Amino acid sequence: MNPRRQKRLFAATAVIAVIAAAVGMMLYALSQNIDLFYTPSEIIDGKDGTRPQVGQRLRIGGMVVPGSVSRDQQSLAVTFSLVDTGPLVTVSYQGILPDLFREGQGIVATGVLTSPTHITAQEVLAKHDEEYMPPDLAEKMKGIKHVKPETMQSGGSQ
Amino acid sequence: MWKWLHPYAKTERVYQLAQTLLPWFAVPALTLLSIGVIWGLAFAPADYQQGDSFRIIYIHVPAAMLSMGAYLGMAIAAFIGLVWQVRTAFMAMMAIAPVGAVMTFIALFTGAAWGKPMWGTWWVWDARLTSELILLFLYMGVIALYGAFEDKQSGGKAAGVMALVGVVNLPIIHYSVVWWNTLHQGATITKFERPSIAPDMLWPLLINILAFGLVVAALTLLRLQNEILRREGHRPWIAQVLTGKTSSSNAKGPNHAV
Repeated sequence: MNPRRQKRLFAATAVIAVIAAAVGMMLYALSQNIDLFYTPSEIIDGKDGTRPQVGQRLRIGGMVVPGSVSRDQQSLAVTFSLVDTGPLVTVSYQGILPDLFREGQGIVATGVLTSPTHITAQEVLAKHDEEYMPPDLAEKMKGIKHVKPETMQSGGSQ
Repeated sequence: MWKWLHPYAKTERVYQLAQTLLPWFAVPALTLLSIGVIWGLAFAPADYQQGDSFRIIYIHVPAAMLSMGAYLGMAIAAFIGLVWQVRTAFMAMMAIAPVGAVMTFIALFTGAAWGKPMWGTWWVWDARLTSELILLFLYMGVIALYGAFEDKQSGGKAAGVMALVGVVNLPIIHYSVVWWNTLHQGATITKFERPSIAPDMLWPLLINILAFGLVVAALTLLRLQNEILRREGHRPWIAQVLTGKTSSSNAKGPNHAV
């Protein structure tokens, strides 16, 4: 390889390496701001030493605790608890829930922290996992039928 | 060792190579695409949670994978062009760019259409969606930068540097769902464990990924030929190619390749 090409090869590689390092450090510094949501344990125990303040607007993401969904019969108001590994955070919301909302489902809610363990949400989004399978296989593998909370009251099996 | 590659710095050879390869990509592309799309959209079983909405995966995932694959191809072409100063490499780079940009747009659009019924929102600023949007901007930046230069050779160099720098975004897109918590779910097939999708759902997906790859390759070859025609219009061999391929065959030996 002639020296000029070698120089260009070196320059091009160096540009990529330097930019990659710079972007890497930037993302590392910003890493906690890039997270889309707090998990319930991060809200209660704090994240990197700082705990979210009451009154702060934030997003929370966790699993809907089975049995914790309670709906108001007169309005669209609903409350449920979210969990990841430890403590629970209660979310109250008024509005239409996404189709995928069910007990045990991952949920991302945007709202205001009204007390250290309670969030009043303005938006509730459903997070689904990366597993795709036909219903009969899901029943065999997971042993659970995914049914929506409403249908559960009217005689669904689990 | 690399001597056999040297003729492909010439536009004429590249034009003919593209001509030869085109049917080998275009025909399987259309065949596989129709098989994959019909199988996936009509015959694959519905998902246990998402029902029929999950079928968007058969367009969304191939488009997203190819948006990144095309970018990698474009960046490799840019690297070759910058280091070895090969004109045809810059032409290949510009041939790929709009195809990749369209793939990125399809991925974002189908993603939004999938997000609305499933997540409950068209768009959310999570790491995966945002980095994929940045990929679209990178493509548009490369195309715009190239177009801004009167002299296409220096335009190619400038756009090449930009394409090369943007490569940093590719691992970010791929690992965004691992490094940060996002609304977007994790990888289903591009991971070391077994794909977490049922086999009768996986096959049409794999066929579609292959088909999208072939479509991108075929479109790139077509665009590469156009790019060569546009930039080399003054060369005598182009006149020969355009006026009639049969007459040019006796002028030079391995000239026609259809």
